[in-house]
Amino acid sequence: MNLAFGFPMGKQGNAPDLPGSLRAEPRLARWLRFSADGQVFVTPGKVEIGQGILTALAQIAADELDVPLDRVRVLAASTPGSPNEGVTSGSLSIQESGIAIRHACAEARALHLRLAARRAGLAPEDLRVEDGVFRRADGSEAGSYWAQASEDLLDVEARGDVPPKPAARRAVAGQAIARGDLPGKLFGQPRFIHDMRLPGMLHARIVRPPARKARLRALREGSLPGDATVLKDGSFLAAVASEEWAAEAAAERLAARAEWEMLESLPEEERIADWLETTPAQHSEVERRDDPAPAPMHEVSARFLRPYLAHASIGTSCAIACWGEGELTVWTHSQGIYNLRTDLVTVLGLPPERITVQHVEGAGCYGHNGADDVALDAALIARAHVGRPVRVLWTRAQELAWSPHSPAGLAEIEAALDADGMLCRWRMVLRGNGHSSRPGRAKDPTLLSAAYLDPAFPIPVAIDAPMAGGGGGQRNAVPGYRVPSLDVSMHRLLEMPLRSSALRGLGALLNVWATESVMDELAALSGQDPVAFRLRHLGDDPRAMAVLREVASMCGWPRRSDREGVGTGIAVARYKSTGGWCAVAAEVEAAEVVRCRRLWIAAGLGEVINPDGAVNQLEGGAIQATSFALKEAVHFDRLNVTTDHWEAYPVLRFSEVPAVETRLLGPPDAPPLGAGEPSLGPTIAAIAGGIHAALGIRPRSMPFTPDNLAAAME
Amino acid sequence: MPVAFTLNGTPAVVEAPEGMTLLQALRGPLGLSGPRFGCGQEACGSCYVTLDGEPRASCTLPVEAAAGRAVGTVEGLGRPEAPHPLQSAFLAEQAGQCGYCLSGILVSAAALLARNPAPDEAAVRAALEPHLCRCGAHNRMIRAVLRAARVMRGEMAA
Repeated sequence: MNLAFGFPMGKQGNAPDLPGSLRAEPRLARWLRFSADGQVFVTPGKVEIGQGILTALAQIAADELDVPLDRVRVLAASTPGSPNEGVTSGSLSIQESGIAIRHACAEARALHLRLAARRAGLAPEDLRVEDGVFRRADGSEAGSYWAQASEDLLDVEARGDVPPKPAARRAVAGQAIARGDLPGKLFGQPRFIHDMRLPGMLHARIVRPPARKARLRALREGSLPGDATVLKDGSFLAAVASEEWAAEAAAERLAARAEWEMLESLPEEERIADWLETTPAQHSEVERRDDPAPAPMHEVSARFLRPYLAHASIGTSCAIACWGEGELTVWTHSQGIYNLRTDLVTVLGLPPERITVQHVEGAGCYGHNGADDVALDAALIARAHVGRPVRVLWTRAQELAWSPHSPAGLAEIEAALDADGMLCRWRMVLRGNGHSSRPGRAKDPTLLSAAYLDPAFPIPVAIDAPMAGGGGGQRNAVPGYRVPSLDVSMHRLLEMPLRSSALRGLGALLNVWATESVMDELAALSGQDPVAFRLRHLGDDPRAMAVLREVASMCGWPRRSDREGVGTGIAVARYKSTGGWCAVAAEVEAAEVVRCRRLWIAAGLGEVINPDGAVNQLEGGAIQATSFALKEAVHFDRLNVTTDHWEAYPVLRFSEVPAVETRLLGPPDAPPLGAGEPSLGPTIAAIAGGIHAALGIRPRSMPFTPDNLAAAME
Repeated sequence: MPVAFTLNGTPAVVEAPEGMTLLQALRGPLGLSGPRFGCGQEACGSCYVTLDGEPRASCTLPVEAAAGRAVGTVEGLGRPEAPHPLQSAFLAEQAGQCGYCLSGILVSAAALLARNPAPDEAAVRAALEPHLCRCGAHNRMIRAVLRAARVMRGEMAA
């Protein structure tokens, strides 16, 4: 989520001067409440997507309220009760939700203390909070959150006048607290939406067409297993049964009986770069600077191509929906429950207050995957089975082929050094589809099946958030290096044959790789050490210099390879130019294929609520980026995506995972920045640098497979 | 057709229509949630169970193939009040992110430690090779398995 984009800002009742998401939802009672039996319920609008956020939010609340962690219950978000915090994305949950909860809890503590003090005839400063109990100096009790739980003290708007605890007095935030959700997952307990079983629940499977552009012409009659029935709405086709095996078997039979009219609509994959260059696009300037620049001495011009990527979550998308009398409840692992509700309103014609969207955890989420789409699928099917909850689970093929994909893209850079070996000119042009098709932001819905109904909804072409909102394709396109003459622009395509949307890192995957590769090339051309060369250009950004120096020291830079075919690359970027700083070094071994053997990560995230969680996120991001860099590409023919099973879309396996060493630099008194995404771009870039050190080849096309590297040598 | 087998040490019977897989039986009529659906093609490891102690995918296996045999799932490894050393080690190492892959990984890791109480890192990686983790928590899991092995050998306190 980001502030300028999709956030219900500026509407009546919002408070632009408050910190974090309190801006969007200032009422304290929307963020927390106490119970008489000694618990505090915290109700963020951000959701658990496998990143451990609910544990971190509980830590923040426990600290500000002076209650132990085991009294804090963080509830999953739901409409209409939870604050509308837009989408859980962009590595912003601590900045937005965490900061809101910190301030809301500080105010809640002050309000409760004030009441207890007034009743005791004391000043609030005369009381201290101990395990939620307010005590006088002599230790005697003068009330508690629990005793005052029914006082409606929190039914007020935040004023922003109670400072949270200073960093030095925080006892829980900043500690490597064990995640609250992990035990259940280790004992196989029902924790995921996939495990929900509601009374009378039906199971359904979708039958997708064999092509992106297709119309269901006919469905041959035939028997179905068990009590399975068919649901057909235009070209939306599904099998429904009271038992899951029957729904699965029925969907297979329906797929064999369906006749489709198909159109070739996808570009030729072999000519994807041409397609990116020639497709109509909206041109826009990202950033331009025309300061006087010295004459160029060394020039580099290079073009970088990245493929479509899949989210490839290990669990497939799943949702449950149940219709009552003109109302609908949806259980979903969506990242944005209110945004999803908006698109459900458009497709289903129900008023928003008649739709409840409840978050339930899904398998790992790395961006806008099929979670929203499958929620519409469930709602469409449940509409025909009023009173029965309907659970829809996508197949693996649907997950890999029909979820939104991270779009292919081209980046061209022309850059030059002056006679002193300093950057004097930097020009970058980007081409590709937008990186957001999230629901709830356009007139038309972006949910997959809406395009197959009769009448069909047009699917809006993906957009890119403005830079103030973190950007999309242009994310990290503006280099963090000082350069007098700068011209960065983008061409966002106006046709979208393959649905494109946000995947962890968005444009940073391509842009950090391209930028850092050119920096390496310029350093080599001018005979400078890549680290020293970067440091010369980071003078305005001490935290970037700090992470780069740290990672150089961790890996023992400059690392001379002891063996042929082994090399180390290094890269640095500040995520989104506004998020966390991260430098990565990668040791690469090139034999039949390229392997990444070791990664070193140094990150400056400011205050870290849960250091172990942050390290887990940084390392997970780096390993995922290693997989993107070395293995992954969505393939397609003119009809549809063909990489719809794991053998066709391989991801990094246990035998291929590099050893990773991670350090957090803080500083702990700086504002917290997200950990989920900063490591991805620098990891891809460092691996590319390592490949050059090992093989003398500059990768120009992702993934860095033998074929693509061979093409780069030509 | 009723199919009888031992499930986590206890007799179980399931009425299995033709074509029902072991995974469907475990998650459906038998009411378990540990074995998870990931691909239905034996390619990701989410649904791993042991069959007479051998780890294998349950998503394509006809339930009849389990008749008269011993089926083990993550639910049979330990309980919160009496965890398997692996479960304790995964908690200690905070080895997981989304956790969807953990059931299958724990099953394979337990089978590894049953046949090889002192695996090295390469042996752990090899045993977990059939399993995909998309969050990138692999290294923590490897550390957790090695830790559990040390605990089970009595070289380290739980």
